[in-house]
Amino acid sequence: MDISNSWDWNAGKKEIAQFGNWPASFDWVEEPYASPDGEKIAAVVKTGEMEFSVCVNGTAWENTFDKVWYLRFAPDGRLTGIVSDTGQWTMAVDGVAWEEQFDYLWDTQFTKDGQTIVCAVQQGMQYLIASNGALWETKFANIGHSAVSLDGSRTAASVQTESFNEGEIFKFQEGCYSVAVDGKVWDRNFINAWRLAFSPDSQKVAAEVRVNLYEYTIAVDGQAWDTTYPIIWEPCFHPSDGSVFAPAKADGGWTMIRDGKPCWNGRYAQVWHQMFSPDGNRLAAIVAPKYGKWTMAIDDTPWSRTFDGFVTDACFSPDSSRVACIGVNDKRYQVCVDGQAWSEGYDMVWAPVFSPDSQHVAAKVEKDGKYTVVVDGQKLKESYTMVWDPVFSPDSQYLLLKALEGSGSDTVYTRTVLPLKDILG
Amino acid sequence: MNDEAAVDKNKIYDEGIEKGAEKLTPEIIQNVYRKMVDAEGGARLKTYVETCVSCGLCSEACHFYLSNDKDPRFSPAGKVKQTMAVLMKKKGRVSVDFMKRASEIASTECNLCKRCAMYCPFGLDVAYVMLFVRRLCHKLGISPQYIQDTAHSHSVTYNQMWVKEDEWVDSLQWQEEEAQEEIEGLRIPIEKEGADFMYSVIGPEPKFRAQLIYQAAVIFNAAGLNWTMPATPGWDNSDMAMYTGDNEIMARTKRLHFETAMRLKVKRIVMGECGHAFRSIYDMGNRALGWRMPPVEVTHSIEFFYELLKAGKIKIAQKYQPTVTIHDPCNVIRGRGLHEMLRYVVHAICENVEEMHPNREHNFCCAAGGGVINCGPPWKMKRVDGNKVKAQQLFDAKSRGAETCVAPCHNCHGGLEDIIHHNEIGMDLKFLGDIIYEVMEKPESVL
Amino acid sequence: MHAIYNFVSGPLAWVAFILFFGGILYQLISRAIMAKKKDAFIYEYWSFYHAFRSILHWIFPFASTNSRNRPVLSVVTFIFHICIFVAPIFLFAHITLINEAFNVSWWFLPDGVADIMTLLVIGACIFFLIRRLTQPDVKFLSNAWDYVLLALVAAPFVTGYWAYHQWPGNQLVTILHMLSAEILLAIIPFTKLNHMFLFFFTRGYMGSEFGAVRFARDW
Repeated sequence: MDISNSWDWNAGKKEIAQFGNWPASFDWVEEPYASPDGEKIAAVVKTGEMEFSVCVNGTAWENTFDKVWYLRFAPDGRLTGIVSDTGQWTMAVDGVAWEEQFDYLWDTQFTKDGQTIVCAVQQGMQYLIASNGALWETKFANIGHSAVSLDGSRTAASVQTESFNEGEIFKFQEGCYSVAVDGKVWDRNFINAWRLAFSPDSQKVAAEVRVNLYEYTIAVDGQAWDTTYPIIWEPCFHPSDGSVFAPAKADGGWTMIRDGKPCWNGRYAQVWHQMFSPDGNRLAAIVAPKYGKWTMAIDDTPWSRTFDGFVTDACFSPDSSRVACIGVNDKRYQVCVDGQAWSEGYDMVWAPVFSPDSQHVAAKVEKDGKYTVVVDGQKLKESYTMVWDPVFSPDSQYLLLKALEGSGSDTVYTRTVLPLKDILG
Repeated sequence: MNDEAAVDKNKIYDEGIEKGAEKLTPEIIQNVYRKMVDAEGGARLKTYVETCVSCGLCSEACHFYLSNDKDPRFSPAGKVKQTMAVLMKKKGRVSVDFMKRASEIASTECNLCKRCAMYCPFGLDVAYVMLFVRRLCHKLGISPQYIQDTAHSHSVTYNQMWVKEDEWVDSLQWQEEEAQEEIEGLRIPIEKEGADFMYSVIGPEPKFRAQLIYQAAVIFNAAGLNWTMPATPGWDNSDMAMYTGDNEIMARTKRLHFETAMRLKVKRIVMGECGHAFRSIYDMGNRALGWRMPPVEVTHSIEFFYELLKAGKIKIAQKYQPTVTIHDPCNVIRGRGLHEMLRYVVHAICENVEEMHPNREHNFCCAAGGGVINCGPPWKMKRVDGNKVKAQQLFDAKSRGAETCVAPCHNCHGGLEDIIHHNEIGMDLKFLGDIIYEVMEKPESVL
Repeated sequence: MHAIYNFVSGPLAWVAFILFFGGILYQLISRAIMAKKKDAFIYEYWSFYHAFRSILHWIFPFASTNSRNRPVLSVVTFIFHICIFVAPIFLFAHITLINEAFNVSWWFLPDGVADIMTLLVIGACIFFLIRRLTQPDVKFLSNAWDYVLLALVAAPFVTGYWAYHQWPGNQLVTILHMLSAEILLAIIPFTKLNHMFLFFFTRGYMGSEFGAVRFARDW
């Protein structure tokens, strides 16, 4: 079940680390990251001349490297960083480097359970994907848009399949790109292949493709839809029935396409970031019903509340009944839930999260350089030097707050479990 | 005049146009034209082309016209007359040769600098019309080869120069290491979520002008700023698809650029000293996606340096001594009115300034902008010869003592460099960042 | 002759005015609809303040750089446009006709002034013609239609002047005067003379884009 079941959900505050002391121990300390369960805080630190490591809760990894970057916690709490030694690069997980070494690697991705770590690899000026360190058997001249299936068993990417020189525009236009799944290339080349999506059962892959300079469509397992569009965005699979959805421009406006046929009646100035509700019954997307006006549309019905700037970070509630997103007007960020924006605006808002019972929404916010968390529009009383995204307890009764408190050398990293009823009063 | 445009004696061979045109017939042209005009040719196009009273008041706005012995074919209205006016009158029934010449006119004889819109009493937008012609050429597959290749690069890599994803991060890390030798503890913070701003650059910076990233890093570190650069595609703000008329690839590229800034939770995008990229993210790319204004605030380097200097965040050790003159890049001056801020910055960092004339909104384009330099070597001399007025401006400034020309735009640099070299003007060319880096107080350590 | 006079001064005048006002309405409405469909931007970025700011800079001579660069043309154009509007509307003879027909009247110009204004229009047309024939860029830009239009603009003023001064054949010329004026009115909305009303939109839009979005002057 949910990883967070095993976490400490007893109400109260724990001081985890005197983060403010770290600069005294190292040449420098980079921006810190908190673990999903909040029990750890980590940062890249410089331990000596051309020598880097990672400090976790005040203790540096035993191994040091020439360089460490892209420090990220996997959802299961393992800490990963891209590291280099003597000009070779690899992934270090909790301080231990993979045995495999590469000329370069980047674009770390995790599956939801954190069990699979995927990244793009350059080896001898050729490109491929590594999954938990295991490489594809085929290498390509270029790679992009890598994706990993839900269960972590398969990986895919857009790859260059034909070589051409810079300036060879007509060769390019014959189609030199395709999609490789687990290193095996589709039968057909395209002018371009962009963002990929795996089906929930990991069996199929869909991608945005350009079949000539002017026609765009979706290809599923190498098979392009019969219909093409003047422009199209990323595909997604229906959670259960195998059909593929993508926003595209069709007769006069943007709309939603299902398997090559429009499935929404509405025509919009923009449609993107479509997503299915967990039960698969509802399809929502960020839309612009009119030029310059942004909102969410759920099953082709836009909210009446719109934003002039943009809308981002949308999500469904676990019970599929609610939608939350961030709406921005003139640099004022607001959380908007089911078409109702919370009254207070912030300098920045991070992706809102629903409680497991779908009753509550929380988000990290920033105002005047201080950070805090807002739950259902109710701000925590205090603000902090830094907070991380809030997490609800599995029973939806508590909220986990990960924060840096204080300033300078007195900065402390704390983990607090707050009863929701205390926040909401 | 014969509406089948005259064939130039010194015809320049461009594979993109010539080979592309082999597939065309008048019927194909007419079909594509009709479809495009039906879909996109609106009130603006109709009014701009039909309302022109051929008064010739736009002619002297154009550096190509002035530099080509006032050949009327180079007057802005003349370019419309040789292209869109004929297409509209004949409803697209034109020959293949006509379209080849139209592609040449729209892509290599107009910088889309919009100076003529300030000289036309009616405010007719010839740049818009030329872009329409370029888009038609894109749809016909007869865009010039080099710029078309760049548009292809955008489509694959989301940057202008076929820079691969690892090469990008690698060059940032390389510049960081280099700069650390000069300033201890200096960082180019990659993927730092929640930073105040994302710094974005154009493809040539990691590829050919990496010192610009170095200098920016030094300036930002010295000023103690909270910034970041992405490790993913979306780092490049440039856009040649905008200039081939491939609006779909423009939209795709700009979407990723802005969504990268949104993903990084930055409050604004600060961009390097580039003009066309500013036009793309401030004006054209955002509109193509339905964003009335840039969704994430966009600040050009000129304005950003202005802020830093005004707030005293960077201090000048000793002002730059050689006399400088200022080149006003179209896309941030006519395109964003940054001319007074540019002067504030230049006067703050340079001891002696000699203005070029005309200047500010009235300055002449470098003849490289609008994608013209990106049409590559075949068109180089046409572009350089097409800007004798700029050479004259530079000579005049030099005669008044200017030794250095400040041009806060990449394409302007490319264009001016060729003009200075070809005309043996003997003038240094600098970005604001070059001079600021040279004259600022640099800490030995930022730890 | 009398029948022709009655036809030209009666039904044909109605036709001309209907085409003129109807044509303007048609052009504005059809363009507004087309713009809504294909250039929705225009409505988004239109700013009345910046539009008027730009229009004012371009209506008056010497308020724009290009106007200062060409002082003679600026003065001629300014006078031409004033006279072409003011002379016909405030001409005693025209007002008398309207008064007879509709019993309305308004202030009129002294005949001598109107006479001079007419000459100024004719003079300006000659100036434009010479400019069109002698300046290479303008000559290149011009086609036959440009010359015809210029003639059509000059015709009512030449014939009006002729008729007023009772020169030989003035009865015929009076008819020609009315006819040419009617033709001119009728074609204004459908030719590039439509800049008479479209000017405010093209200049205004450029002024809005430059002023409100780009924070730059466009004059």
